[in-house]
Amino acid sequence: MELEKPEESTYLNCIRCGLCLAVCPTYREYLKETASPRGRVALTRKGLEGKLDLSPNLIEEMYGCFACMACNDICPVGIQPANLALSMRYVQEQRQPKKWKEVIFKGLLSKAGRLELAMLPLRLYEKLGIRRLVYFLRLNRLLPDRIRDLEAMLPRIPQRPLRRVLPEITEAHGETRYRIGFFLGCAQSLLFAEQSAATLRVLARNGCTVITPKDIECCGMPARGYGRMDLVLSQARQNIAVFERFNVDVIVADCATCGSTLKEYDSLFARDPEWADRAAAFRSKVRDVSEFLAGIPLKKPTGRIEARVTYHDPCHLRRAQKVWKEPRKLLSLIDGLEFVEMPEADWCCGSAGSQLITHYDTSRKVLDRKLDNIEETEADIIASGCPGCRMQLKTGLQRRGTPARVVHPVTLLDEAYGGGDGRQND
Amino acid sequence: MIEKLAKILGYDGVLCTPEDLAVYSYDGTFAEGVPRAVVLPETTGQTSEIVKLAAEARIPLVARGMGSGLAAGSVPINSESIVICFTRMNRILEIDAQNATVQAEAGVVTADLQAEVEKQGLFYPPDPSSIRHSTIGGNIACNAGGPRCLKYGVTSNYLLGLTVVLADGRILKTGGKPIKDVTGYNLTSMFASSEGTLGLITEALLRLVARPTQVRTALAEFDSLANASHTVNAILAEGIVPATLELVDQTAIVCIEEAMHLGLATDVEAVLIIETDGSDESTVVREIDAIGRICRESGARTVKVAKTGEERDGLWKARRSVGSSLARKAPNKLGEDITVPRSAIPEVVERLRGISAKHGLPIAIFGHAGDGNLHPNILFDKRNPEQWSKVQRMMGEIFEAALSVGGTLSGEHGVGVLKRPYFEHALGTVSVDVQRRIKHALDPLNILNPGKMFED
Repeated sequence: MELEKPEESTYLNCIRCGLCLAVCPTYREYLKETASPRGRVALTRKGLEGKLDLSPNLIEEMYGCFACMACNDICPVGIQPANLALSMRYVQEQRQPKKWKEVIFKGLLSKAGRLELAMLPLRLYEKLGIRRLVYFLRLNRLLPDRIRDLEAMLPRIPQRPLRRVLPEITEAHGETRYRIGFFLGCAQSLLFAEQSAATLRVLARNGCTVITPKDIECCGMPARGYGRMDLVLSQARQNIAVFERFNVDVIVADCATCGSTLKEYDSLFARDPEWADRAAAFRSKVRDVSEFLAGIPLKKPTGRIEARVTYHDPCHLRRAQKVWKEPRKLLSLIDGLEFVEMPEADWCCGSAGSQLITHYDTSRKVLDRKLDNIEETEADIIASGCPGCRMQLKTGLQRRGTPARVVHPVTLLDEAYGGGDGRQND
Repeated sequence: MIEKLAKILGYDGVLCTPEDLAVYSYDGTFAEGVPRAVVLPETTGQTSEIVKLAAEARIPLVARGMGSGLAAGSVPINSESIVICFTRMNRILEIDAQNATVQAEAGVVTADLQAEVEKQGLFYPPDPSSIRHSTIGGNIACNAGGPRCLKYGVTSNYLLGLTVVLADGRILKTGGKPIKDVTGYNLTSMFASSEGTLGLITEALLRLVARPTQVRTALAEFDSLANASHTVNAILAEGIVPATLELVDQTAIVCIEEAMHLGLATDVEAVLIIETDGSDESTVVREIDAIGRICRESGARTVKVAKTGEERDGLWKARRSVGSSLARKAPNKLGEDITVPRSAIPEVVERLRGISAKHGLPIAIFGHAGDGNLHPNILFDKRNPEQWSKVQRMMGEIFEAALSVGGTLSGEHGVGVLKRPYFEHALGTVSVDVQRRIKHALDPLNILNPGKMFED
């Protein structure tokens, strides 16, 4: 079978200038070329040209990339080293598929109901939830104390997944100005239910009637990270078809990762005559929640939040979606809130999906740099639009004994509106 | 050998998988050579022990920083080589505000060093374009320059002292904090641009200046390249020394515009990007105004002075994106850095265009016109053997053009492997003989980066 692999044009023109080394979180921790974007591009090229074996070592270097995409942004030639690292994982899965990935990404993750069910009997350890793989990887490659370390610091698991609680239609307060489709991601539903509930309240308060389809599948990012591009495609098809049933103006995600993946659906199907147009139509509607809210006339929140707030840019928003001004703009609407920019706000926090488990040491080093920068601001609240980042930051801050709160920026907006108690009358 | 190295550095500091070796086979050029091992020392002491081990076993040592070099100086061309990479020696040891000096290990990234000293109102001026992805050690070993060198000078002008591990493992300390020091030969200078052939630089003591607080930037477009070149001399003749005086030719402008869509006029023959800086606003403004006037008098079609920081970034964006815009045009580019007397710039540019036309491969020209340092970049595809042989001939002709007007092969990148064939022709036999003797005196076993600069 012919392997699907990166085209020559995606790596050939690397001039090896080395600019990407300056911005790569893994390079900056290990200070060795093998852990750098340029190194990974060189390994990709040599591997695909047959000058190096596609050995376990070589593939492991591809898993060493945190896919923060800082290298994609800085490359003067337009090479996307982070994307190449992901593509090489797919090459490997085609050559030597791993059965457990089939179980996790197809069996468990594709159906929200199954994932929710799986959460039940595994209450204790499976509370790691978003890190869906923990159960498996713990057996494979983790020391149990690391798991305990992480698990103890996870957010309180909501009583019930938000998917089960939310009505399919949330009516706008007053006249409906926008019909919104809400993409309720797994992590938000299972672990940050209250924050997504806040998102819906803010949308409704601003004239949005929100439809939340319950039969969506995973956005596809976890499967992509583990080299199962085939599953990403099937998940994408399902999600496109689901939203086609509803007549919505905009599809909103309040998870940076989901949003960034949904925005890639058009490029996934660019050469598929059956799906190209449908994917492009879907893609054209997708917005991160802060991106959408910053673009419409918003009701002025009347509540005050007396706190010093900083914002951490999730890679999947800043890099993948170029959304970074918008969340700051939303925060600036809140009276009493003192915003302070942290140094290197757009530097990866080291969460990187499940890498905080599979690459625990690297993840912690990257996180430490982020925590130093956060502490410099002396902020009471750290806002960030990504559930993975929030868990990582919360874990790190707790470990250091820093009492700061970590929330989605839209949650703060919701609080300023009076939250779920409806204190602010419309 | 690996065992012995690991004893010094721990297994974390010795790399030898095929993947590790593959990624230490290159620098910022197309040249490649796979080493037998890579070591990442964290102290001068470890470096010394590695050198002793290598000397005993007669193993070549190739010093490397972040591998951004443009002359293949850190490419391990001998497969027996051990690459000794200093990126983990990245501590800034002391910033002495009173004496305006900084003591840093070789692996400190230059931009990081600048950021740290600027926090204290001090300034380290050398600004190679690789500033964020090159190290102080590499900057010294290649005596790096950059746009600001017109006013501020190159790396060696800021060098007060060095810690160097010699070829027998002994540790040499040169210089010190005094600005004046004529006690003996100037060994510190000798190691600048030595490209890892005389010793391994592990620490440096650098001189700092006060940080300029005012900057003004102008962009001038010229219908004639000759006029642009004459303008350079006219500005300097008025007694104004801009911080930078950059030239970009039409071929490069067209490439930038194709890649970046910045709205540059593609029918001009050249643009100059000129910057003045200092601590007194009125002086800096007066200078940029005078420069604008001189440009117009010398035939500039338009002169734009940036009014805001954003506009300034916009002007620099064009200059900074030259290299990348070129790289989008062809799989390979060979960027040279010939340096000629300023007055000869028009003539050399004319000859470069002739070379391009004769061989049918594009040459884009840009560079630091203020100090006569030009970067002719040949665009080609190395996989095409016919093009590759043309490139080699063109390279020779470019060097010949520079030498014929009293210029030099390299203003910034160094000799490494790529300019080695032209070394003796450029310098003459006496100079090369003296340099060989110095090399032999310091490295009699020829284990320090052998095959670089000199033919073996």
